[in-house]
Amino acid sequence: MPIYILKRILGALPTLLIVSVLVFLLQKLLPGDPVLALAGEERDPATLALLREQYHLNDPLVTQYFRWLGGVLTGDFGISLRTNQPVLELIGQKLPVTLQLAAMSMIFAMLIGIPAGIIAAVKKNTLLDWIANIVALSGLSIPNFWLGIMLILLVSVNLGWLPASGYESPLVDFWLSIKTMLMPAFVLGTGLAATLMRHTRSAMLGVMSADYIRTARAKGLSTSEVVLTHSFRNALLPIITLSALLFGELLAGAVLTEQIFTIPGFGKLIVDAVFNRDYAVVQGVVLCTAVGFLLMNLIADVLSVIMNPRMRSAL
Amino acid sequence: MTEATVPPRSRSRVWRKLRRSPAALAGLLIVGFFVALAVLAPVLPIADPLATSWTAIRKPPSDIYLLGSDDIGRDVLSRMIWGAQASLMAGVISVAIALFTGVPLGLVAGYFGGWVDIIISRFTDALLAMPFLIMAIALAAFLGPSLTNAMIAIGLSAMPVFIRLTRGQVLAVKTEDYVEGARSVGLGHIDIMSRYILPNIVPPLIVQATLTVATAIIAEASLSFLGLGQQAPAPSWGSMLNVAKNFLTQAPWMAIWPGAAIFLVVIGFNLLGDGLRDALDPREH
Repeated sequence: MPIYILKRILGALPTLLIVSVLVFLLQKLLPGDPVLALAGEERDPATLALLREQYHLNDPLVTQYFRWLGGVLTGDFGISLRTNQPVLELIGQKLPVTLQLAAMSMIFAMLIGIPAGIIAAVKKNTLLDWIANIVALSGLSIPNFWLGIMLILLVSVNLGWLPASGYESPLVDFWLSIKTMLMPAFVLGTGLAATLMRHTRSAMLGVMSADYIRTARAKGLSTSEVVLTHSFRNALLPIITLSALLFGELLAGAVLTEQIFTIPGFGKLIVDAVFNRDYAVVQGVVLCTAVGFLLMNLIADVLSVIMNPRMRSAL
Repeated sequence: MTEATVPPRSRSRVWRKLRRSPAALAGLLIVGFFVALAVLAPVLPIADPLATSWTAIRKPPSDIYLLGSDDIGRDVLSRMIWGAQASLMAGVISVAIALFTGVPLGLVAGYFGGWVDIIISRFTDALLAMPFLIMAIALAAFLGPSLTNAMIAIGLSAMPVFIRLTRGQVLAVKTEDYVEGARSVGLGHIDIMSRYILPNIVPPLIVQATLTVATAIIAEASLSFLGLGQQAPAPSWGSMLNVAKNFLTQAPWMAIWPGAAIFLVVIGFNLLGDGLRDALDPREH
């Protein structure tokens, strides 16, 4: 197993290297002089030349890339133009907030999506299956920023049940933190619940037509025993793999959710950076998200191997 | 040798299957309705979407303003109808960009294999590692905020899915007898790819393109909502929601209709895409 994990990490390195090149080029190849953004109102040619020299922008592109990569590898992602803070420090401050939101969304999505998928599969072609499919399709089609606005209107403005915006750390006030995150987590988890429902249904349908399920039924096991002990256990593997992959998607989905509910997380950081032309922060966030996504891919693969005895013995 | 394309009988069978599916038909009707609205916007008897009126600020729905008016007295219905143009155009053009860039790369990777395939596939993996919306936001930010740049950003962000899909389909098709036959009579690579491989991988591309239009419409609305897409005063559903969120208590109608329109058109494309998948899947025949 450790050798397999090592092989997978080594396999992901070239992809990571290309990601780093793309993130670096994102700023270099597109229009706009970064020096003008650095200089702000200052347009004096001597100052601009000095800044170009100071930030090594006169060096060949390859030298600039390796200098930047060297910095990234030692944890130096650059300095935010707006706050003058190191980018890594900013990301470190904001990431836990988004991870809390993502974790709560994932719990919500699993609690709704997996049971709904099992019920839809067991009750295939019935009214329940039909309703579950319509709800899932709606969940996939609804823009989450609109859902957020509508929920604020209903739950916060009209009913006054939950706060419309803001954030509290769970370390300061646990229950208030959960309360402020409930609506954003619901909004972010809706699309995810729909995806999980569809995949659970399809995985369960695949497993339920297998010979060993027919055997289990023939042995006289009850429907619930067949579904939970035999079918669901075997359908769980693709569901867990998918959940790990979707966790990466959650980081992206958080951008709009955090914007609507004014949550000071990773998503809000990138949007603010975009509007402040804080390129180092944009680059840092995109790179971290890509690394997070590749890491979740790796975890999904390792989990597949751990949970599937046939794959384990093939190693 | 005859060209291996989807024969007319097969096309009519696809249409028959699509017509028999109530969900796909509903999707087609919804999409058709919004396309008609977008196309007919200039001739419909509606108010000027840019005309402001200081005496009609945030008026609730009434006989004069069927869906109400916005924060500077513009007709919400008229802006919704003109906004359909921006949303649909963004959806279709972004997907066209993704198709025109992704399909050739996927074709070349799958057909030639070897180093070409390794390089293109690694590049695709790297692009896929950057989540769609974050990639689109970063690109739109670097390109500058406008509807055109939003479409380019969304198109480029959606491209890797088409590279991967095309490559996979080419790998399955390139060992078929008719491709071997074309090769044996001495046809060139470009001829084989364009006349024998491409026509046979079109069905999954159509399905993916239809579903991606839905994703692209949400992405455009998201970028416009963040201020990175359609710029004021031109109407778009996302930018209407961006303004509406500041007047939730005073004028909720400003937020309800544009979002409902996005939801409906996206559900329409998703239903149509699902229906096309069933109709074009050979296992279903």
